[in-house]
Amino acid sequence: MTTTTLTTRGSVADRPRSSGRLFGPVADTWAMTRRNLVHISREPMQLSDVTIQPLLFTVLFVFIFGGAIPIPGGGSYVDYLLAGILALNLVTSTMGTAVGLSTDLHEGMIDRFRTLPMWRSAVLVGRSMADLLTSLLCALIVGVTGLAVGWRPGANYVSIVGGFALILFFAYAVSWVAACVGMNSKSPESAASFGFIVLFPLTFVSNAMVPTQHMPGWLQAIANWNPVSAVVAGTRVLWGNPNPSGTIDVWPMQHPVEAGLIWSVLILAVAGPLAAHFFRRRTTE
Amino acid sequence: MADEVMIQAEGLEKRYGSTLALAGVDFSVPAGTILGLLGPNGAGKTTAVRILTTLALPDAGRGTVAGIDVVKHPGEVRRHIGVAAQDATLDPLLTGRQNLALVGELSDMGRAASRSRAAELLAQFELTDAADRVLKGYSGGMRRRLDLAASLMTRPPVLFLDEPTTGLDPTSRQRVWEAIRELLGEGVTVLLTTQYLDEADALAHRIVVVDHGRVIADGTPVELKEASRSAHLEVTLAEPHPDAVGAIAPLVAGRVHVSDEGRRLSAAVDATPGMATSVVRAFDAAGVLVDTIEVRRPSLDDVFFSLTGGHIESDNDDGGEKDAGGARGEGASGAAATDRDGDGDGDGRHELEGART
Repeated sequence: MTTTTLTTRGSVADRPRSSGRLFGPVADTWAMTRRNLVHISREPMQLSDVTIQPLLFTVLFVFIFGGAIPIPGGGSYVDYLLAGILALNLVTSTMGTAVGLSTDLHEGMIDRFRTLPMWRSAVLVGRSMADLLTSLLCALIVGVTGLAVGWRPGANYVSIVGGFALILFFAYAVSWVAACVGMNSKSPESAASFGFIVLFPLTFVSNAMVPTQHMPGWLQAIANWNPVSAVVAGTRVLWGNPNPSGTIDVWPMQHPVEAGLIWSVLILAVAGPLAAHFFRRRTTE
Repeated sequence: MADEVMIQAEGLEKRYGSTLALAGVDFSVPAGTILGLLGPNGAGKTTAVRILTTLALPDAGRGTVAGIDVVKHPGEVRRHIGVAAQDATLDPLLTGRQNLALVGELSDMGRAASRSRAAELLAQFELTDAADRVLKGYSGGMRRRLDLAASLMTRPPVLFLDEPTTGLDPTSRQRVWEAIRELLGEGVTVLLTTQYLDEADALAHRIVVVDHGRVIADGTPVELKEASRSAHLEVTLAEPHPDAVGAIAPLVAGRVHVSDEGRRLSAAVDATPGMATSVVRAFDAAGVLVDTIEVRRPSLDDVFFSLTGGHIESDNDDGGEKDAGGARGEGASGAAATDRDGDGDGDGRHELEGART
C-alpha cells in the first residue's frame, strides 16, 4: 500500500485567504478574546473582583482606616490610598487568569483548539487580552469611586493617564506569572489558592495601604523593595498625590516610576516566555 | 489499490508511562471510504486517533493524512481534518452558534463565512431551534451532533470520529449514523472508532480490530465474518439416542457438546450451503428424531470476541475459557450481548477458535 499525495478535494488548504481578513494570529487572538468576554457575560459574578470588590474596598478603606492612618509629610488618606487600592484590586484579580487558563486546559476544549489550524498561543494571549480589558474596567471603577469619596489628583491629564498605565502594565506582567501558575496547577481550585498565598501578602506587605514607616524594620526592608511599592509610589508621583515613601533612602523609593517600569518589564520578560514554554509542555503528549 | 490513500498508519507505537498504548499499528483508509477502528476500551483506538490528528506524537512509526506527515507538518494536517473527539470538546458557556463560529474563525474562514456555514450546519443537524442556547442546556445527543457539525465547519476532506455515538440513546444514534452516511456521499474519508460492532458493521467499508495496542484483524465486515467460516449448530432431540453423536460427527468441525441428558447437541460446523438439510438427513438415517434444529451464522460479535479473547491459537478449551473471561472484562457491555444463545458459556468463541487453529 503506497501513500499518494492529495489531490484537491474541497480542501481548506487550497482556499486562498481573502485580502480583507486579519493576519492569522491577530484574528485568532481576537476570536479567543471575544470567547473569554462571552464567558464573562454568561457569569457576570466572575466580574465581581473587578467591579463590586474595588468599589467596596475603596469605600471601606477610606471610611474605616481614613481617620486612623496618619500620612507622614501630610495629605489626606484618600489621596494616599487610591493608587494602593487600585494596585490591590488589579494584582489580586490576576488570580482570574490563573483560574481561567487552568479551566481551559482541564476541559476537552483545548483538544479541539489543538486540532484547528490556528495560532496555538492565541489561547494564552486571548486570555490575557480579555483580562486586560477587565482590568481597564476595574481601573475605571476605582477612579470614579475615588472621585466620589474625595480623591483629587494633582497633576495634568497625561500624567494621570500615565499613573493608570503604570499600574495596569504591572498588573498585566503579574497576570503572566498567574498564567504560569494556572498551567501548572492540578485544578482550577488549586489555581485559585495562588491569590491568597501569593498575591494578598505581596500587595499588603507594601506601601499600598499604609505607609511603611510604621512597620517593623525587617518588614520595612521587604516592603521598600517590593515591586508593588515601587509601582504604587510611582503612580502616586504621576498623579500628584502624597508619596511619603519619597523620603525613604532606597533606590526604588527614590526612583519609583523607573523602578516600577523595570520591575514590570523584568517580570514580563521572565514570565511571558515561561508561560509559552509551560503551554507547549502542557499541550504536547 | 487504485484509489489514493487518505489516512495511513505505519507501525505506530506509543507508550504512556509504563503502559504500551500502541504496539505497532498499521492500517490505511482509501479516499471516500469509512474505516471502522474497533476494539474494547483501552485497546488503543483513541491513541491512534490522537496521533493522526496531531494531538499526540508517536514514539515510533509514521502517520500520514492526505499524504502529509503528521509529525513533520502538523499545521498542514490540521488544514485537512475535522475531528469529533470522545470528550465534549466544545465550549459549555457559548451557544451552539457561537461554538461553530469560533471553530470557523480559528480555521481562517473569516467571520462572515463562519457564520453562514454555522447556520447551514445547524439546520442540517436540526439544531436551529437550540442554536442560540448555551451548550450547558443541550442533551447528550444534541452535543454530539453539534460536535459533528463543528468537525465539518471547514468541509474537511478527512474526518476523525472518535466514538461518536457512545452513550447515546438509539434515536440519537440513528441520527448520527444518517449524518455520517450523508457525508460519504460527499466524498469524505472517515476514520471512525467504536466499541459497537453493529456500528462498524452498519457504517464501515473496512474494519480494523485492535486489542492491546495491536491490529488483530483487518477486513470488510463480510470478510471478517467469513474468516471464521464456521456456523453454530444447535439440535434438540425428541429423546436421547445412543447413535446421535456418531450420526453427525462427520459433518461437524471438532467435538459435539452434549447436554440436557443427551437431548441437546451443539457443535461447530462449516457454513456450507444446505448444512441443515445434511444434518437432518444424517439423523434420519440413524433413526434419530429431531425436535428443533438451528444453524446460526456467526455474528460480528462472535468474530470480535473470538479475536479480542486473545487466545486464538489456544486449543485448550478450559484454559482458553479462563483467559477469555479475563479479557472480556474490558468490554463487559458487549460481552453480555454476545451470549445471546443464552447458554451462558459463550461457546460461540470455542467454535471460532476451532475453526481458526
